[in-house]
Amino acid sequence: MAPASAFEYAPAPESRSVVDIAASYGLFIDGEFTEAAEGKVFKTLSPSTEEVLSEVAEAGEADVDRAVRAARKAFEKWSALPGSERAKYLFRIARIIQERSRELAVLETLDNGKPIKETRDADLPLVAAHFFYYAGWADKLDHAGYGANPRPLGVAGQVIPWNFPLLMLAWKIAPALATGNTVVLKPAETTPLSALFFADICRQAGLPRGVVNILTGDGRTGAALIAHPDVNKVAFTGSTAVGKQIARTVAGTRKKLTLELGGKGANIVFDDAPIDQAVEGIVSGIFFNQGQVCCAGSRLLVQESIHDELLDSLKRRLTTLRLGDPLDKNTDIGAINSAEQLARITALADQGEAEGAERWSPACELPSSGYWFAPTLFTNVTQAHTVARDEIFGPVLSVLTFRTPDEAVAKANNTPYGLSAGIWTEKGSRILAVANKLRAGVIWSNTFNKFDPTSPFGGYKESGFGREGGRHGLEAYLDV
Amino acid sequence: MPTTASAAPAHGLADVTASDSTLRRFLHGLPGVDTVGLEARAASLGTRSIKTTAKAYALDLAISMVDLTTLEGADTPGKVRALGAKAVRPDPTDRTAPSTAAVCVYPDMVPAAKEAVAGSGVKVASVATAFPAGRASLAVKLADVREAVAAGADEVDMVIDRGAFLAGHYMKVYDEITAVREACGTSARLKVIFETGELSTYDNIRRASWLGMLAGADFIKTSTGKVAVNATPANTLLMLEAVRDFRAQTGVQVGVKPAGGIRTAKDAIKFLVLVNETAGGDWLDNHWFRFGASSLLNDLLMQRQKLATGRYSGPDYVTVD
Repeated sequence: MAPASAFEYAPAPESRSVVDIAASYGLFIDGEFTEAAEGKVFKTLSPSTEEVLSEVAEAGEADVDRAVRAARKAFEKWSALPGSERAKYLFRIARIIQERSRELAVLETLDNGKPIKETRDADLPLVAAHFFYYAGWADKLDHAGYGANPRPLGVAGQVIPWNFPLLMLAWKIAPALATGNTVVLKPAETTPLSALFFADICRQAGLPRGVVNILTGDGRTGAALIAHPDVNKVAFTGSTAVGKQIARTVAGTRKKLTLELGGKGANIVFDDAPIDQAVEGIVSGIFFNQGQVCCAGSRLLVQESIHDELLDSLKRRLTTLRLGDPLDKNTDIGAINSAEQLARITALADQGEAEGAERWSPACELPSSGYWFAPTLFTNVTQAHTVARDEIFGPVLSVLTFRTPDEAVAKANNTPYGLSAGIWTEKGSRILAVANKLRAGVIWSNTFNKFDPTSPFGGYKESGFGREGGRHGLEAYLDV
Repeated sequence: MPTTASAAPAHGLADVTASDSTLRRFLHGLPGVDTVGLEARAASLGTRSIKTTAKAYALDLAISMVDLTTLEGADTPGKVRALGAKAVRPDPTDRTAPSTAAVCVYPDMVPAAKEAVAGSGVKVASVATAFPAGRASLAVKLADVREAVAAGADEVDMVIDRGAFLAGHYMKVYDEITAVREACGTSARLKVIFETGELSTYDNIRRASWLGMLAGADFIKTSTGKVAVNATPANTLLMLEAVRDFRAQTGVQVGVKPAGGIRTAKDAIKFLVLVNETAGGDWLDNHWFRFGASSLLNDLLMQRQKLATGRYSGPDYVTVD
């Protein structure tokens, strides 16, 4: 009989040579790369190796002002274009993204630390799909349900997070441009590179100068952008704490705001669920992108009668997860995005243990350099545990139990967040009955973490407001 | 390592088969299968990138798992002898290539096959029980099995009565399998073929898998290779889950054999990945996993030659049966 380890997969690394990263990058303002006015720069690292990938400019207030002015100037012509003309640019961008998808997937994996499997099979196809989808809307805005000839808002200031750098850029930029707005976008400071490559794609597509501007920098750059008086629309995806700050800044101005913030999604498994598929759904719910997903199913609610059976299956499944070099095509779990995020995950997991929850991880060797965290389960968790309440934003799953559907709903809703939830049952009527009672923006049934540009996404309560994606996503960029 | 399951398996699930209704309740109480989720999982495992040493290991493993099969009306003793020679020594130019697991023939060809593989360790499998339709009386099926076993078949591949299964007569199917199991005696291992393409739903395939295992199957096998849809990654994944769960519950290990439609080394390696990551390493052995195939072997051999020489030689560098 073959030993369990007989079939070891040899490394299958994706080539880095398909991407050419420059030693330094400037800010992308008015169609040109330019240095920051104050000359400040910062480094971006590869989280899996801590290797410095490049140096990028840190935008200050003067740069923000310059970018917003460029966007304002471009807005006049861009918004006056017929929708069908704007659509041409968006379709062109979408096609270039498809053509360069391998390069962008490798770049994103290097800069973010997520597995190439995910950038290649999930991120990049969705990025292109979002541009294609909103390109299709550009000349049909009269039929979107917001009345005839809805008008754009003006200059959109957009701040995006590091977990899906290019996908969040697509979610923000595609609808903004389709509706006739111009954009100043700030990517996260740990993952600026794909946005800068996107700037190059805008040039390749012949997009008029100033329609898209990219400012790299940290939270201060973002704060300056949001506070700029000539920004008409603010869109933010990121943590709830920052979202609250932004809401305070924007309050009392005429700026339109959408926030897409944190979550603590409940993944509810009933005793008649398709168990093997539920296990896969739990895995993709919390270990996709190392759990660094705002809509992650980080709270597993299992019906008591199948708790042991399900946990056995889940643990066995976790032992087959492959953690390591994100550029290896067989890697399931990559690196945590930054030292800071790793410290936060570590602290919260330690707190879970200190509060008496039972911690379990599969035997797994962590690489010696880079930022890594083994997939982790907490059992014996109650609603009172920190790991059941706080968003950990890492590969950490808290397992709770329930006895009746009502109890499942009560526990699922007992959170300050309301972004996502999952329901696993073979009974269709139960899916509908439970989904109606859950307070969450996205509810998946018998699946998890599935995205599509046609489907609106957004939250309740502290998970934010406004919707991205779908027809609903247009509203945030139209004066309606 | 047990060579055959006992005819009346002592796995603690005896109550289940007490009556038609207990059996039905048990089979219908198994967890459901979500079609989309199952197929997505099979597809995602299909994207594993198997290179260099892992590929070399997988190719040899796959060769050693092939049940080299000829099931044609036109079969002759000469054809079967050629097949047997190939099973023993698949690549005459490279003696390091492993033998296949077995040759698989109709019952009347068993003597020829036995002679062809004598002394090599290659097993002879025979598709008895009125293969492929299974539309004959139990007496005829059992006679078919006895003839094959008497002629020296090491393994019997039986087809279930899909009509009875689809009509919900699970006990009838169970009784047939146990009768065939008994006819196999202690010398032959029993592979139970469900013809998954005709069972049509994944829930049915899971129920059939458990039914077969409860009745004492040594192997559960997807299909005859004679219908439109035969082995697929998804139905094989599902059967691997079933044998994994069955062993967890009863301690009895049962083998899996996808058959029909697996033609390329690339596909075969995907199936090995399914085994590795679903049932686990304990099944990565030709005692517990087989490929029912005829044309697969040549592609495995050509890929093997390519790994050894760096060049792809082409179909004239492997034998035609």
